[in-house]
Amino acid sequence: MFDYQFFIEVLVGGLLSGVMYSLVAIGFVLIYKTSGVLNFAQGAMLLFAALTFVSLVERGVPFWLGAGVTLVIMVALGVTVERVVLRPLVNQSPMTLFMATLGLSYVIEGAAQLLWGTQVHGLDLGINDIPFEVGGVLISQFDLFAAVIAGALVTAFALFFRYTRTGLAFRAVADDQFAALAVGLRLSRVWAAVWTAAGIVALVAGLLWGARLGVQFSLSLVVLKALPVLVLGGFDSVAGAIVGGLLIGAIEKLAEVYVGPLFGGGIEVWAAYVVALAFLLLRPSGLFGQKLVERV
Amino acid sequence: MTTPTRSASLRWLTPNRFGLSVLLIAAFAIIPFAGSDYLLDAVLTPFLALALAALGLNLLTGYAGQVSLGSAAYLAVGAYAAYNFNLRLHGLPFLASLVAAGFVAAAVGIVFGLPSLRLRGFYLAVSTLAAQFFVQWTLTKFGWFSNNNPSGVIDAPPLAVAGLSFSGPVGRYVFSLTVVVVATLLAIRLLRSQVGRNFIALRDHEVAAKVIGVPLLRTKLLAFGVSSFLIGVAGVLWAFAYLRTVEPAGFNLDRSFEILFIIIIGGLASIRGAFLGAAFIVVFPLLLSRFGAALLDNVFDSGVLEMSQRIVIGALIIGLLIAEPRGLIALVDRVADKIRRRLFRPQPGPIRS
Repeated sequence: MFDYQFFIEVLVGGLLSGVMYSLVAIGFVLIYKTSGVLNFAQGAMLLFAALTFVSLVERGVPFWLGAGVTLVIMVALGVTVERVVLRPLVNQSPMTLFMATLGLSYVIEGAAQLLWGTQVHGLDLGINDIPFEVGGVLISQFDLFAAVIAGALVTAFALFFRYTRTGLAFRAVADDQFAALAVGLRLSRVWAAVWTAAGIVALVAGLLWGARLGVQFSLSLVVLKALPVLVLGGFDSVAGAIVGGLLIGAIEKLAEVYVGPLFGGGIEVWAAYVVALAFLLLRPSGLFGQKLVERV
Repeated sequence: MTTPTRSASLRWLTPNRFGLSVLLIAAFAIIPFAGSDYLLDAVLTPFLALALAALGLNLLTGYAGQVSLGSAAYLAVGAYAAYNFNLRLHGLPFLASLVAAGFVAAAVGIVFGLPSLRLRGFYLAVSTLAAQFFVQWTLTKFGWFSNNNPSGVIDAPPLAVAGLSFSGPVGRYVFSLTVVVVATLLAIRLLRSQVGRNFIALRDHEVAAKVIGVPLLRTKLLAFGVSSFLIGVAGVLWAFAYLRTVEPAGFNLDRSFEILFIIIIGGLASIRGAFLGAAFIVVFPLLLSRFGAALLDNVFDSGVLEMSQRIVIGALIIGLLIAEPRGLIALVDRVADKIRRRLFRPQPGPIRS
């Protein structure tokens, strides 16, 4: 007999953990949209932000001050990356830029751990993780909190893109870099702003993931969870990142529970990739990705 | 008119070929006798295996323009396939296992290369990660591949070909060297054929290549197949000649990136670049740890050293991409060109075209 209650419980758990994936994926989308770079260093930034915050708090800095200081550091990081890495690489191919971000992720990971050490830090955000029951289905309070935060963040970004001058500049650069330059937008400033925004997303995602997994090196590996989400949703769509995250989260958990036992478990590591791939064979630019128009 | 005939008969002896011959003679005839065990075991053998893997990836990424982030998976497939051929088919010569392992890796590579028919760019790069995770999971999960070792570890038997033992450091080096030289020559032949030109056409402009009649589907899958064949053979060397005890966890994403870094550092679409990059990736950490240990004996522990190594390698990649996107090999060529011009300065006289 099929246990519907259990199915829904797994599904809800999956959807909620999918929100966490979306949160990481949004950081990628922001940068990809405006500069066409797949920023592999997003995971490293996430680790760096979480590690900096935890280390500050452990040294007796109050919670909000710690968050503020980390924010300032992430802004500085974003501006530095633009100045040192991106600006000299203007006009290089996207693949060259991607490889530069691979190098960048090594630098940031190394620096984070050199500064703050390699031990695992616990992170308590003051949310108790006691599941509560809705109609016989257990829901994790923490996951719900994360979902609310992610929702707030996405709404904030949507409003920002829609109603502010900087947001308009972001969209202009995303649409056409040369045209944006031609009408006098400063590409370097926009990029610095975008990397800062990605840094903020990294901080939020880092705190939530850090509270879940503990703040340690493996935190930077959540990028690998976010990549299939991006492939599924399209690299340049915030909405895609959200829907893709939810889908991947749900599919991953359902596959692990219902299909996993057939293979002896542990299929979580690749199930998301296989699903994303199968989907891509049907729609090569993802759920919401822009259709590629090619000229010869 | 004797001069032209003579120069024609010696035309094959270009400076490059002369240099290559000297290098090969040194590698085959001098190093095995003069090199210490440490040099052979910890530097040259891993260098050869990584160079071959990088060469394989370079065919795919540098020449055919398809980025792959899953190279370590094919290393693993090669290593485990050779182990199983050797274990389960008694009397199969080792060289046959080696080639068969290459073909198994090629088959796996073609399967995971299928998405390239619909995807390109970053979408393809991400989808190649599927190979990485799937292969590692399979090798850990199913005991059959590692002869039921609980953690998937395999111990390679001593190397022996046709009754000759290659089990010492010298033997393993000479074996690797021979395999790498033969594989490199084959790769060069392939690149100079129509297939190689198709690869480059595919990389430079896919639609244009299609228009002039390059069979895209076949060329892409062939690129994936040949590339993973070479990486698979490199995996056999890695497992049988270098480490001799390997586990699936050793073929992780970091290893894939290492191979990718080799071709970026050395130079995309360059055979010599793969070797130069591999030499750099092998020697550089050794130098750095020696240097760190000698200079700051008590200040640095191994963890700090590892982290600074990460930072330096990352910074180096960024710096190199900014300074010379075509890699170390372009720098070397430029310097060599300058020296040559200085040495053979053209005599002043009437200009002839």
